Amino acid sequence: MASSLTAGPRPGIDLRAYACGLVRAARVAVAGPMRMTPGDGHRGGMIEVHELTKRYGDKTAVDGLTFTVRPGQVTGFLGPNGAGKTTTLRMILGLDTPTSGGATVGGVRFADHSRGLRHVGALLDAHHVHPGRSAEAHLRALARSNGIPARRVGEVLEEVGLTEAARRRVGGFSLGMKQRLGIATALLGDPPVLMFDEPINGMDPEGVMWVRRLFRRLASEGRTVFLSSHLMTEMENTADQLVVIGRGRLVAAEPVRDFAARSTRRSVLVRTPQAAELTAVLLAAGAEVEPDGHAGSEGLSVTGLPAERIGALAFDNRVMLHELTTRSASLEEAFMELTADSVEYLAGQSR
Amino acid sequence: MSTLTSLPRPATAAAVDAPRARFLDLVAAEWIKLRSLRSTWWTLVVAVLVPWGAAAAAATADYDNWPNYGPREQAAPHLFAVHDSFPLEGYLVVMLASGALGALAMAGEYGSGLIRTTTVAVPARGSVVLAKAVVQTVAWTVVGWICAVGSYLIAQAILSGRHATIPLSYDGVLRAMAAAAMVAPVCALIGLGIGALVRHAGGAIGILTFVVLLLPQFFSQNKQWSSDIRHVFPISAFGRLTEIWTAPAHPGFYPATLTGSTLVYLIWPVVSVAAAVWIVRRRDV
Repeated sequence: MASSLTAGPRPGIDLRAYACGLVRAARVAVAGPMRMTPGDGHRGGMIEVHELTKRYGDKTAVDGLTFTVRPGQVTGFLGPNGAGKTTTLRMILGLDTPTSGGATVGGVRFADHSRGLRHVGALLDAHHVHPGRSAEAHLRALARSNGIPARRVGEVLEEVGLTEAARRRVGGFSLGMKQRLGIATALLGDPPVLMFDEPINGMDPEGVMWVRRLFRRLASEGRTVFLSSHLMTEMENTADQLVVIGRGRLVAAEPVRDFAARSTRRSVLVRTPQAAELTAVLLAAGAEVEPDGHAGSEGLSVTGLPAERIGALAFDNRVMLHELTTRSASLEEAFMELTADSVEYLAGQSR
Repeated sequence: MSTLTSLPRPATAAAVDAPRARFLDLVAAEWIKLRSLRSTWWTLVVAVLVPWGAAAAAATADYDNWPNYGPREQAAPHLFAVHDSFPLEGYLVVMLASGALGALAMAGEYGSGLIRTTTVAVPARGSVVLAKAVVQTVAWTVVGWICAVGSYLIAQAILSGRHATIPLSYDGVLRAMAAAAMVAPVCALIGLGIGALVRHAGGAIGILTFVVLLLPQFFSQNKQWSSDIRHVFPISAFGRLTEIWTAPAHPGFYPATLTGSTLVYLIWPVVSVAAAVWIVRRRDV
C-alpha cells in the first residue's frame, strides 16, 4: 500500500493538497498519525534529541537536552531569549556540532544526508538570503542543488504569496516578505519535517493568520512541525505540544493544555462602576485586588477568591457588576513562573 | 494509478523517493547563484575590458616609439610584442577581479548567512565547496581566454602597422597566452580559499590583495633567498610564463623558472581548495 502511494508523481504542496487537506485531516483523525508514516518505520518524521549539549568555552548554551517531537502535530519550542533555542535547532540541522549528545530526524543524523531539502525544511533566519539575488533565483538554485524540479519554485512562491515579487531582489523585501521567502524555502522539498525559528517576526496580522493556518495544515498532513518562539501567546494559538527550555535546560515537554494548567495563579476579572467599594469588601474578605485594564475602565483583577464568592459579596453589598470572568491561567503566566529563575537577561526587577 | 496520484502523498514518502544526489546538480546550482548576481557581470566586464585596454595602450606606446628604436629592437622577432599582448598592469586587474569573485563565492554566503540555508539544503558541505570551485574554474577559464585572445589580437592589430607582430607559432607565445588566460581561474580559487578561511568579504578581498599584489613586492630578484620567496607568488609566475625570453640567472639576478612557475599555477589553487573544503567541513556553520 505504501509503495503504491509513493510510486506516482509527487503532487507536492499545491492547490490540490489544499483541497485535500481537510480530507486528510479527517483521515488522520480516524487512523491516527502513525498511519501516515508507512514503509519508513514508525519514526518517519520524528525529531529525537538526546542529552544534547553545547558548550562555548566555559559557557553552556545547551545543557543535556532530551526531548522528542512527533509527526502530525505542531510542537512549540519555547524559551526566553538566550535560552538556547536557536543553538538547539542548529545542532538538529547539523550546522553546529554538539559538544556531547546528539539529535536525529527520522532516526538519521541530519548531517548524514547528502541532500537535505526532501528530509527537513527549515527557516532559521529570514535574513539568510543574499540580498542581491531575486527570490526566484534563490529558490531555483536551492531546488537545483537537491534535484527538485524547477516548477516547484513557482508553486512555493504562489503558496507563500510572493509570485508578484518573484523577480525582485531580496534586498528590497520587508521582513515579512523575507519570512515568506524563508517559508517557501522550507516547503521547497515537500519535506516530512519542518522547523521554523521565530517565523512570525515582522509579519503583519494577515500574515500571522496565514502562517498559523499553514502550520496547522502541514501538521494535519502528517508532517512534523517544530516551531520556536519566545512569544507564549503565539504558541497558545498554534501549538499542540510544547517543549520549554530555560538556560539551555529542559523545563517542560507536554501538551499546551497541561502546561497552561501548571500555573498556580488563577484570577477573576471584575468590572464595576463601584470599584473602590468592591475593592474594600474584597480585601476585607481576604482577596488580593489589583487594577486591571485600561485607564478609565473599572477593571479589577482578583486573586484568592472564586468568582461565585465575589459575586455573592457584591450582591450582599449592593455593588453592581458589569463583568465577572474567571481567567484560565494563561500560557504566559505558566511560562513566566517556570522560567523565572532561568531568564538569561533579567530587566531590572525580579517580579 | 491516476486516482492515487491525485491524493496527497504521505509526507514521509519524500525521504523515500528522493533521487540520487548528483554532484552536477550542485554545480548547476552554484552556476545559478553566480549568474544571478549583477555584480558578477560587472566584474566580468571589467575583467575583460581592462586587459584589452591595457594591451591597446602598451601596443600603442610601442607603435608611437617605433621610429626611435634602434635596429636591434626593430629586427624580428619582436619580443616586446608579447609583453604588449599580456601587460601585467591589465592582468593585475584580472587577478584581483577573479580573486574577489572567488572570495565572494564563499565569504558572500557567510556574510549574508545564506551559508546556513545552503548547508541545510546540502549537508555535504565539502561538495558545496567543490561545486563552487568547479564553477569558478570553468567561468574564469572561459573569461581568461577571452581576455588573453582578445588582448593578443588587439596588440597585434596595432603593432601590425609597424610590421612588429609576433606569431602564435613563435616558440613560447602560446604558453604566454595560456598563462595570461589561466591566471584568472588560479586567482579565483585562491580567493575561494581565502574567502572560506576569513568568511568576511572585505577581509577576504583585503588579504587577497595583500597576498597577490603587495607581498611579492617586498622580495626582489637580486638575492637568492629573496627571489626564492618572490617566485612562490602567482604574480611572479605570471611574469615568467608570459615572457618568452629572460636573461639567465647570474649573481644579482635570479629569475623564476618555467617549471617552478607552472607549479605555482597548480599548487596554489589546489592547496586553497583543499583548505577551503577542510575548514568548511570542520567548523560550525
